[in-house]
Amino acid sequence: MSWARRNIVVIAGLLTLAYLILPNIVVMVFSFNKPAGRFNYAWREFSTDAWRDPCGVADLCGSLALSLQIALWATVGATVLGAMIAFALVRYRFRARGTINSLIFLPMAMPEVVMAASLLTLFLNLGAELGFWTILIAHTMFCLSFVVVAVKARVMSMDPRLEEAARDLYAGPVQTFLRVTLPIAAPGIAAGAMLAFALSFDDFIITNFNSGNTVTFPMFVWGSAQRGTPVQINVIGTAMFAVAVLIVAGGQIISGRRKKRALTR
Amino acid sequence: MTVTQAPPLSPAPGGPPAHKTPVRRRLVPYWLLLPGILWLVVFFVLPLVYQASTSVQTGSLEEGFEVTWHFATYWDALSEYYPQFLRSLLYAGTATALCLLLGYPLAYLIAFKAGRWRNLLLVLVIAPFFTSFLIRTLAWKTILADGGPVVEVLGAVGFLDVTSWLGLTEGSRVLATPLAVVTGLTYNFLPFMILPLYTSLERIDPRLHEAAGDLYARPATTFRKVTLPLSMPGVVSGTLLTFIPASGDYVNAQLLGSTDTRMIGNVIQSQFLRVLDYPTAAALSFILMAIVLVTVTVYIRRAGTEDLV
Repeated sequence: MSWARRNIVVIAGLLTLAYLILPNIVVMVFSFNKPAGRFNYAWREFSTDAWRDPCGVADLCGSLALSLQIALWATVGATVLGAMIAFALVRYRFRARGTINSLIFLPMAMPEVVMAASLLTLFLNLGAELGFWTILIAHTMFCLSFVVVAVKARVMSMDPRLEEAARDLYAGPVQTFLRVTLPIAAPGIAAGAMLAFALSFDDFIITNFNSGNTVTFPMFVWGSAQRGTPVQINVIGTAMFAVAVLIVAGGQIISGRRKKRALTR
Repeated sequence: MTVTQAPPLSPAPGGPPAHKTPVRRRLVPYWLLLPGILWLVVFFVLPLVYQASTSVQTGSLEEGFEVTWHFATYWDALSEYYPQFLRSLLYAGTATALCLLLGYPLAYLIAFKAGRWRNLLLVLVIAPFFTSFLIRTLAWKTILADGGPVVEVLGAVGFLDVTSWLGLTEGSRVLATPLAVVTGLTYNFLPFMILPLYTSLERIDPRLHEAAGDLYARPATTFRKVTLPLSMPGVVSGTLLTFIPASGDYVNAQLLGSTDTRMIGNVIQSQFLRVLDYPTAAALSFILMAIVLVTVTVYIRRAGTEDLV
């Protein structure tokens, strides 16, 4: 018993981890299910049917492609706009700083449903046609703040003397930016871009309000929860999970090797 | 790890300028800000203005809506839907408390006890995000299925007796009860609690723990007097990152709950997308926004950490 008492934090922590991971395991296992009815909630028998035909459900892969497309463009837009704001906020003094800071903070401090509903009133009032463009506009808007925060953190921790040194060595402002500032800020920009991609790809609430009849992948899953959940949803969920884990693991191995090489040099 | 704010390159307004910066250079920050801020003004602020105007309109879908300054909509909306408001705050609050209770040990474990497993554990915390959250929420339908192993065990150990006495479950069911919705909310927002907690715990110098031990503080005292106070920034931002999205969520209530567990998000969604009663929907949305903003402001003031942003 004393062992358990001494390790209570470890036990509690690992239980929490199990709670976090359990649904992912269920999703994975049920991608090999052959459900009896339209809903894939109860286990019946092992089958690889869905894995052999991942696009076998109407509109599923189309919605996936649309989500990837929107996430890509929203990431590009939010990263460019957000990085520019972050540079301005850290590197320059100007009027209305406080207002701009709160303008960037507010979208993150508001329940998504409020932003979703207010955007819809705007689009309805303007008579805009709901679809690809309204989703893209909305995603760019709510990803922007997160990019600003990520890039700001990186640029703030950067030594301004490096830029001064570049200028002392007769680099022009453009050259200084491209060859000194941008490379150092790159990890922050990359982190912001990845966050934006993940947020946009998985967004449901804002898309639910502003998509009209356009079906993104989360919208497809939402619809299928009413009509019947095809096993293929689990296949795609599992495949995305595997790809992301591979990317993270690959990144870890590469950065580990780099560190080793730097040490042995 | 401390982040020090870099001094600005251009002279601060108070400082003595070495030489007058040309107008073009002084305009640089404004050009950098313009496109992004314009985007936020047009697609974040302006929509709120439109929503404010919609909330005081009257009319019908066929004849069109007109601004009549009909503030009674707010009162009607609040008196009709206050149970959903209260339920949302209750569920979101409970989920936030559970996230803190469950997330703290894991963040502590990763920060101080994981050693070489630290990176792996961090990846495992973020890993769920790689699968769409709707699919993962649907997985809870399987986990909490009637007569499934989880529900059987919970029933056998008497857990369900306690929760049904509390009004959280009914009989031997978990699905379609408040317990299922709170479980889903807690699950969905847990990583948003763990990551800020971990960040603030990781900054604590482990030598402070040793020092406390050297001064005869027992582990519990060390935690209460050293670790917990130093991790407060993480606690504050974690609770905000959990509570705010949870209070407006309608996904968990829709997928895991029943008509008796409808949250205010569900009402706003159906008023906007199905009932098409725009004024009521806009008023509800504004009331939710006001409640959340007031709660957050008061909370940040009380917690005394205003430099969160």
